[in-house]
Amino acid sequence: INAEYMGVVSMSGLRVLVGVKRVIDYAQKIRVRADKRGVETQDVKMSINPFCEIAVEESVRMKEKGLASELIAVSIGGPASKDVLRTALALGMDRAIHVETAENADIQPLAIAKILKKLVEKESVNFVLLGKQAIDDDSNQTGQLLAGLLQWPQGTFASNITLNADKSSATVVREVDSGLETIDVSIPAVVSADLRLNEPRFVTLPNIMKARKKAIDTVEVGSLGVDLAPRLATVSVEEPPTRKGGKVVASVDELLDKLRTEAKVI
Amino acid sequence: VNTLVLGEYSAQRGISAATLSCITAAKALGGPITLLITGKDCKQVANDAAKIADVSTVLVADSPAYANPVAEGLASLLNACQTKGSYSHIVGSTSALSKSALPRLGGQLDVQPISDVISVKSADTFVRPIYAGNALSTVRSSDKLKLLTVRPTAFDQAPRTGGSAKVEDAPAAAPPAANDSKFVSSQVKTSDKPELQSARVVVSGGRGVGSAQNFGIIEALAAKLNGAVGASRAAVDAGYAPNELQVGQTGKVVAPDLYVAVGISGAIQHLAGMKDSKVIVAINKNAEAPIFQVADYGLVADLFTAVPEMTQKL
Repeated sequence: INAEYMGVVSMSGLRVLVGVKRVIDYAQKIRVRADKRGVETQDVKMSINPFCEIAVEESVRMKEKGLASELIAVSIGGPASKDVLRTALALGMDRAIHVETAENADIQPLAIAKILKKLVEKESVNFVLLGKQAIDDDSNQTGQLLAGLLQWPQGTFASNITLNADKSSATVVREVDSGLETIDVSIPAVVSADLRLNEPRFVTLPNIMKARKKAIDTVEVGSLGVDLAPRLATVSVEEPPTRKGGKVVASVDELLDKLRTEAKVI
Repeated sequence: VNTLVLGEYSAQRGISAATLSCITAAKALGGPITLLITGKDCKQVANDAAKIADVSTVLVADSPAYANPVAEGLASLLNACQTKGSYSHIVGSTSALSKSALPRLGGQLDVQPISDVISVKSADTFVRPIYAGNALSTVRSSDKLKLLTVRPTAFDQAPRTGGSAKVEDAPAAAPPAANDSKFVSSQVKTSDKPELQSARVVVSGGRGVGSAQNFGIIEALAAKLNGAVGASRAAVDAGYAPNELQVGQTGKVVAPDLYVAVGISGAIQHLAGMKDSKVIVAINKNAEAPIFQVADYGLVADLFTAVPEMTQKL
């Protein structure tokens, strides 16, 4: 256990770190590359991962309520990752750290978590907010991996976060398989945002202008001394089997007849 | 190969269908299968679990501490099991519990987990969907220990009978850390209706259903078909249906014999959660809705007349 970061929560507010990933925009059509090594990213619209945006919004609300003292956005990726950091700054983050890698470097969740751990320690962070998953690799791991590395408690799939008065713990409502679960998470902690934690605000032009004055520190990923080697080798990426749909029936009677005699499912 | 499976169960249904699918995935890995059962007063469940085909050992962690386990406690227990059993693979389903605990263990043991496995190619090579299932990625793990969550709909359920595993106490986990999360309460609805993820029939409603009250016609059709009720994200966002019924990329993934999509347009994020269903029916008044492109049978009709008519004629 890293004693240095246990129970150092200052009364002035939490130091919050939020992860921000640049992903293919959710509305884009995904095309598998001809060489089957990945998906096409050339000339495809990229955006901030929606769950990361929710995490950003939640941290900004914490600051607005006087619960957070500094909000730090972190993105790990190629030079273009600065775009999503600009968005995060325009949404209200105080400053940003860009951990720069080669464009399209394969940095897997465990390595991401190790990088975040370094930054948590360097920046004396005591609350980490991440999206529960990125909509590109759909892994849903980074928050849990980071909590495991830090030996901090975790509140995954949060749909509500309430900090108690002295900021020593948070009550987290989690989306679980058959409903909701409430847990008490002592701080420092890692919390991952689910879809219904909040509705992120729109980025306004004045805030985009203001964000230009905020600092983005660039850290070369190699300087952090983290093992970045991928543990998973991608053997191939392929198109899923396609369904042959499109058959139309004229009436409820015809539908029920088809389900009984053709599909035999009722 | 020597696999530990994290078992889940409920008072009403016993060992979960998802856990039975995990056993099948573990069988595909080869090697003996150990099933971990945790909970308060769970000895009977453990004895039932010992009858599951192909399970060689059942480990029981029977303690009030596991009545409502937090991820920290569960990861700690798995860690203790791993120390004692030196497993090559630890497998859980894509449940909220496994998705929380297994990657945490990965952080502790320096392992890169593999989420949502839909096919086992060999003991180190797995297929998993990425980009909401719009691509399938085959990955080979170089970690000594493999931590997998498997998608239950992609694997048949192992038979509940035919096995005769030995039942042993699980090794004791390290005492809880002072900073572990604490369970406060759960707002979980228990129901005797079929469970969304294992139901043979699912009837889902979308934005087109229009209100929470109108969802009654979805429930009535589901009840007539002895099926479960699902919902699109739009319907959940609008408050027509609770969160846990959401089917899609970030909600539940289902693959029933029959999926009836009512008033659902068919965003890719929704298709990600149901396109492996055997037969898909779409009922929507908009003939241009993308859901019709994946539907085996499409009915362009007003759902408020078509769905009650269907319920009545079944």
